[in-house]
Amino acid sequence: MPEIKNYTMNFGPQHPAAHGVLRLVLELDGEVIVRADPHIGLLHRGTEKLAENKTFLQSVPYMDRLDYVSMLCNEHAYVQAIEKLAGIEVPLRAQYIRVMFDEITRILNHLMWLGAHGLDIGAMTVFLYCFREREDLMDAYEAVSGARMHAAYYRPGGVYRDLPDSMPQYEASKIHNAAAVKKMNENRQGSLLDFLEDFTRRFPTYVDEYETLLTDNRIWKQRTVGIGIVTPERALALGLSGPMLRGSGVAWDLRKKQPYAAYDKVDFDIPVGVNGDSYDRYLVRVEEMRQSNRIIKQCIDWLRVNPGPVMTSNHKYAPPGRVSMKQNMEELIHHFKLFTEGMHVPEGEAYAAVEHPKGEFGIYLVSDGANKPYRLKIRAPGFPHLAALDEMVRGHMIADVVTIIGTQDIVFGEIDR
Amino acid sequence: MMEWLEPVKTLLGPAWLPIWTILKIVLIIAPLMGAVAYLTLAERKVIGWMQIRIGPNRVGYFGLLQPLADGLKLFMKEIIIPSGSNKFLFVVAPVLTLMPALAAWAVVPFNAELVLSNANAGLLYILAMTSVGVYGVIIAGWASNSKYAFLGCLRSAAQIVSYEIAMGFALVTVLMAAQSLNLGEIVKGQQGHYGMLNWYFIPLFPMFVVYLISGVAETNRAPFDVAEGESEIVAGFHVEYSGMAFALFFLGEYANMILIGFLTSIMFLGGWLSPVSFLPDSILWMFAKVAFVLFLFLWFRATFPRYRYDQLMRLGWKVFIPVSIIWVVVVGAWMQTSYWLW
Repeated sequence: MPEIKNYTMNFGPQHPAAHGVLRLVLELDGEVIVRADPHIGLLHRGTEKLAENKTFLQSVPYMDRLDYVSMLCNEHAYVQAIEKLAGIEVPLRAQYIRVMFDEITRILNHLMWLGAHGLDIGAMTVFLYCFREREDLMDAYEAVSGARMHAAYYRPGGVYRDLPDSMPQYEASKIHNAAAVKKMNENRQGSLLDFLEDFTRRFPTYVDEYETLLTDNRIWKQRTVGIGIVTPERALALGLSGPMLRGSGVAWDLRKKQPYAAYDKVDFDIPVGVNGDSYDRYLVRVEEMRQSNRIIKQCIDWLRVNPGPVMTSNHKYAPPGRVSMKQNMEELIHHFKLFTEGMHVPEGEAYAAVEHPKGEFGIYLVSDGANKPYRLKIRAPGFPHLAALDEMVRGHMIADVVTIIGTQDIVFGEIDR
Repeated sequence: MMEWLEPVKTLLGPAWLPIWTILKIVLIIAPLMGAVAYLTLAERKVIGWMQIRIGPNRVGYFGLLQPLADGLKLFMKEIIIPSGSNKFLFVVAPVLTLMPALAAWAVVPFNAELVLSNANAGLLYILAMTSVGVYGVIIAGWASNSKYAFLGCLRSAAQIVSYEIAMGFALVTVLMAAQSLNLGEIVKGQQGHYGMLNWYFIPLFPMFVVYLISGVAETNRAPFDVAEGESEIVAGFHVEYSGMAFALFFLGEYANMILIGFLTSIMFLGGWLSPVSFLPDSILWMFAKVAFVLFLFLWFRATFPRYRYDQLMRLGWKVFIPVSIIWVVVVGAWMQTSYWLW
């Protein structure tokens, strides 16, 4: 009798559920997974090495492209590492703006995750609902930075510029007539803060909408409850972070445990799961969206009444104003030095981590005092998550692999960097 | 009503019967293919609206020419036959899927007179034809020599076989109630003075639900599309197909959907009968009911996540089959009492 052999299947990199370029080699016993071997490197762009040949400021846009669905959070970790090393004092208003945009980014990321996760499990409609809300948030990105995704808005020492007083308007076209455009522009009449406040008022009902479609849906529960269980002990041992860790019941959140920026001044809760399965992680992320909405609201209220500088006045790191540069010798020199060779960060090393939507995103920076980093190491949250994939999918079926890839919220930009 | 055809009939003599039959077949198949084409458009439009999108609107007014454009595109595409495949079976499989899906229409009555073959064993014929369709899927999956296709065909084989049983039992209750296997007789059995209250979906309600859900599973539609499983096994059994070969699977799937729509309305929703006694019976009622059932198909697709393969089997074997067997007994006992009003 011939020996029964396991079926080996190549899952990806060209696969609708591979979330980019994941390549998994699955060993199957029927439809049951015996072993899953994730292969990485298909999206490797050498960000860490590239940063060694760029001035500190030039690397900021590269950070956007690491985890390309939570752009500003990546930047935040990077600028924090520089600020830590250089000892730059960031104005409070800039810190609040950063917190607000970090939370906008978190909602953007979680919406993308929810949509993709739903699509993986076959719930098509949630995806399009999520993208409707993403549109508004990307408009907020665009209003401050000019770019809808890769914003490059944070700078060492603050943010690029203060929040705009007006929102870009839609214009009538062949597709949308003047009346339709007027309706679309209704919530864009005021400043960015007005626009965002309108969004925070609407957003909880949208989240309710997603939850109506999924949370109590029998099929959704059958597909996620008990799938990919991680015990709290294993979650810690595997180096999971973010919702993956909180889904297992460990209340670990850098925003609370090591508050950075203005997180110690805003009020929010950390949702944690109980069973550590995909359903709990789903609930944790949905609740995180509601909490982020709460934080954004508080930031809007604070930013409305507290005008002020959004960039440090230390001109070794931030360019001086144009007017003073024309009249002041010292500032002219600063300007010249900054725009020819860039900032020099003092010798030393620093690790700065932020609570990224996916987990702990850290930048480890070594500087030798030059205008470029000596070494930049990125701690991507997705990497340990992907490493835990094998353990999580063992004994489950092919369809569950898709669920678990979804629940890990994998983005290859940061894993392969 | 066919008096004007008499001279033609005498002219052609014995050749008349085959020619007339072929003509009737064309008269069924051609509108059916049109319905399939526009069902795809309806699907995209309806799901588009449910998902706050517009759906196709570039080709023709409201995208009305979109199905033609799609058909043309598929027609022009190359049919790629994978080098490791069994070429004969690979080519035959799409035909085997489409053929039974079309053949089943032979016994479907559109109204009291309009039926190609008024067979007395119509229901059995339908069951047989819809079961044959699974061979196309199995052969396609096997002949492709692709792992994804193979998984898809295994899933599909298991799925269709299991749901066939529940479906069969659901139909047993119908034939008990109608005392006939003839589809026309089944509709006539639902005639009465109380309009829609005479239809079988009331006494056989659990069976109506079982049949409808099994119908969705039988046609591999969401949320039971594990054989295709876009996000799991890419496209399942037809992952290696392209061009017209793929289009045949597509046509087969949608023709089957329409067939399930017709059968549901014939067996449970009173076919061409009017829902209220003061309106006349008409073929339009039939179409309205079919459209309603098809709308449900599309609605399900926009709403539900996909079942996992083993959960699907559990639902079939542990829920539907027991429910349908129990209801066969209940209906049998009920019919012996004087409370059976249908």
